[in-house]
Amino acid sequence: MMEPSVLLVDDEVPFVETLVKRLAKRDIRVDFAYSGQEALEKLAASGPTKIDVVILDVKMPGMDGLETLARIKKAHPLIEVIMLTGHATVESAIEGMKNGAFDYLMKPCEFEILIEKLNGATDKKRAHEEKILEARASLISLRRGD
Amino acid sequence: MTPTNGAEQSPARRFSVPTATAVLAMIIIAPLVITGVVNLHQFRKAYRTKVANELSVMIERHSLTVDAFINDRLSDVRVIAREHPIERLRQPEFLRRVLGVMREEYHGAFVDLGLVDSEGIQVAYAGPFNLQMADYSAATWFQDAMASESVISDVFAGLRGSPHFIVATQRKIGNDLYVVKATIDFEAFNALVENLRIGSTGFAFIINREGEFQTSPHFEVALNRPPWVDLLKGRIRSDQISVLEGEDNLGRKTIFTIAPLKQGQWFLCYQQETSDAFAELRRVQEFAAVVLIVVSLAAVFMGYLISRNLAQRLSEAHRDRTVMAHQVIETGRLASIGELAAGIAHEINNPVAIMVQEAGWIDDLLGEGDPCSSENLAEITRAVGQIRTQGDRCKEITYKLLSFARKTDPTIREVALNEIVDEVIGLTSQKTRYANVRIETELDPNLPVIQASPSELQQVLLNLVNNAIDAIERPGGTVTVATGGAGGEVVLEVRDTGKGIPEANLGRIFDPFFTTKPVGQGTGLGLPICYGIVEKMGGRITVESEIEKGTTFTVFIPRVAPEGITNVQSNPEGDGS
Repeated sequence: MMEPSVLLVDDEVPFVETLVKRLAKRDIRVDFAYSGQEALEKLAASGPTKIDVVILDVKMPGMDGLETLARIKKAHPLIEVIMLTGHATVESAIEGMKNGAFDYLMKPCEFEILIEKLNGATDKKRAHEEKILEARASLISLRRGD
Repeated sequence: MTPTNGAEQSPARRFSVPTATAVLAMIIIAPLVITGVVNLHQFRKAYRTKVANELSVMIERHSLTVDAFINDRLSDVRVIAREHPIERLRQPEFLRRVLGVMREEYHGAFVDLGLVDSEGIQVAYAGPFNLQMADYSAATWFQDAMASESVISDVFAGLRGSPHFIVATQRKIGNDLYVVKATIDFEAFNALVENLRIGSTGFAFIINREGEFQTSPHFEVALNRPPWVDLLKGRIRSDQISVLEGEDNLGRKTIFTIAPLKQGQWFLCYQQETSDAFAELRRVQEFAAVVLIVVSLAAVFMGYLISRNLAQRLSEAHRDRTVMAHQVIETGRLASIGELAAGIAHEINNPVAIMVQEAGWIDDLLGEGDPCSSENLAEITRAVGQIRTQGDRCKEITYKLLSFARKTDPTIREVALNEIVDEVIGLTSQKTRYANVRIETELDPNLPVIQASPSELQQVLLNLVNNAIDAIERPGGTVTVATGGAGGEVVLEVRDTGKGIPEANLGRIFDPFFTTKPVGQGTGLGLPICYGIVEKMGGRITVESEIEKGTTFTVFIPRVAPEGITNVQSNPEGDGS
């Protein structure tokens, strides 16, 4: 099974840097962005299939987490999003889950739990993709009249 | 809207016990006096009518008695003149006998009896004086008696020099005309009227049309004064009883009663001082006055008790309110801390998250084959440095929170307002970053120090800045904090480019518990607390707002705290050298 490909979005530079190093050490393909706007640009540039999961901080200057989530889901419905939140924004994380986020994590979070959720999100995304492939295949076979 | 008045007096101080007492007493006394006066007036009117009626009745009765007395005497004389032949009447002995019978019968009312011929010569006489052959041809009563059938004369001194009056009637024998006359004792007649005395000042007398006294009045009477002068000039009707009021010759208020006698030739007059006649009325008035005074005193006393009680309650209520206001400020401070804490929890979570990740990264590196490789060591050193940096960041945040969470210290000291502004802006930096709000400052570098409580000022500014940030909606805006000096005041201004306050709410923003924020997010205490604190400092707070343009709160703070809060430096006294 392929390792997940992750995009980490947070405005805290040292946090992003260290987490990127730790994820990379576990053979996870990881890219990062320091704002919602930058994240959208990177997603657009990398194409829909390349990134599996976005780890998204809720509270960011400029475009906040919830708005970024909405835009990601609109442009790339298959990509799973894990919300990262401080205490004060649990409500917005839940709001995010209602809007299609895979899960949310409270800062500071256990690294292992993060990895677990990442894998879960990746599996879900892969499963979705497979279903779509199957559906396409059956559609093709139907057309062939088998 | 400028709720700026810092000198509003407490209700307890505005309430004046003397004024309230006066008002309460007036409320009780005024209706009492009005009713009393009206009742007394009615009573006086009724009483006057009653007195006048009583006087009329009494005088009428007496006038009838007097008339009857005179007419009876005339009838007696007429009987004598008719019944006895003229020969007998010519005999003084006969007359003396008749006179004796009449004197016996009428208790000496008749003084003498005489027969006068047509020449006016008294041809026969019986009586105490020697008036045989006296000549009456010039006397008025004789001329009258010759003209009419019978006559009653006025009182006059006559030939004998003592007052008397004469009753005379004609007797015609053939062509000779005689007049039978009798003298009526003045004293007997006078007693009829003199006995008519009521109270201590009432007395009666009789006058004729010419103003001559027919009886001797008990007190002096001046006939040249009203109402006698009117009576004598015919200005008072002589065919009925009149009751009049006026002043007597000594200027005392007097009530006069006049009744006609002898077909209006004489008048029975009665006069009594009003105060005497109305003695009963005066007693009632005195009693009413005493009652009024007693009730008024009671009313004043009750009013005083009630007002004092009221004042006491008011001041108690004021004290309670002051305590409550203090509690509200404390509550508001805690609420501000709660709001801050939520923001700060997030702010702290960020460095903590970094520290946790760095520690994990060190763990990862240590778990590798060779943790002491120069590359790994450098990475570990960097991670430790990062942990320290983030730790410092946490410390800074907790310090800021602690500096605010200290119990509000109202101690007055010298404060540089600009430093407070910097502190508060530091506290709100996290909030402004996420709300896309830029904070700008326009601080006057030459701002004088002021005397105030730093923690209270901090709270005022924090509340204003927090409100300003909350007022700004996406996509963000600017909050400007400006300071400046003007005269004896420093001015602190917090401007935002937010949504503004609707006109309808502008009047209520300083009311406690008024908030437009969703339930659980606003206490409605921020601005009331600011208002309370600024008012306590002797300053004022004003607000201007325009929808969709923004709101500006301006706080004016006196450079020197008002007396009673600060310790005023005492001037050296008597130091004249």
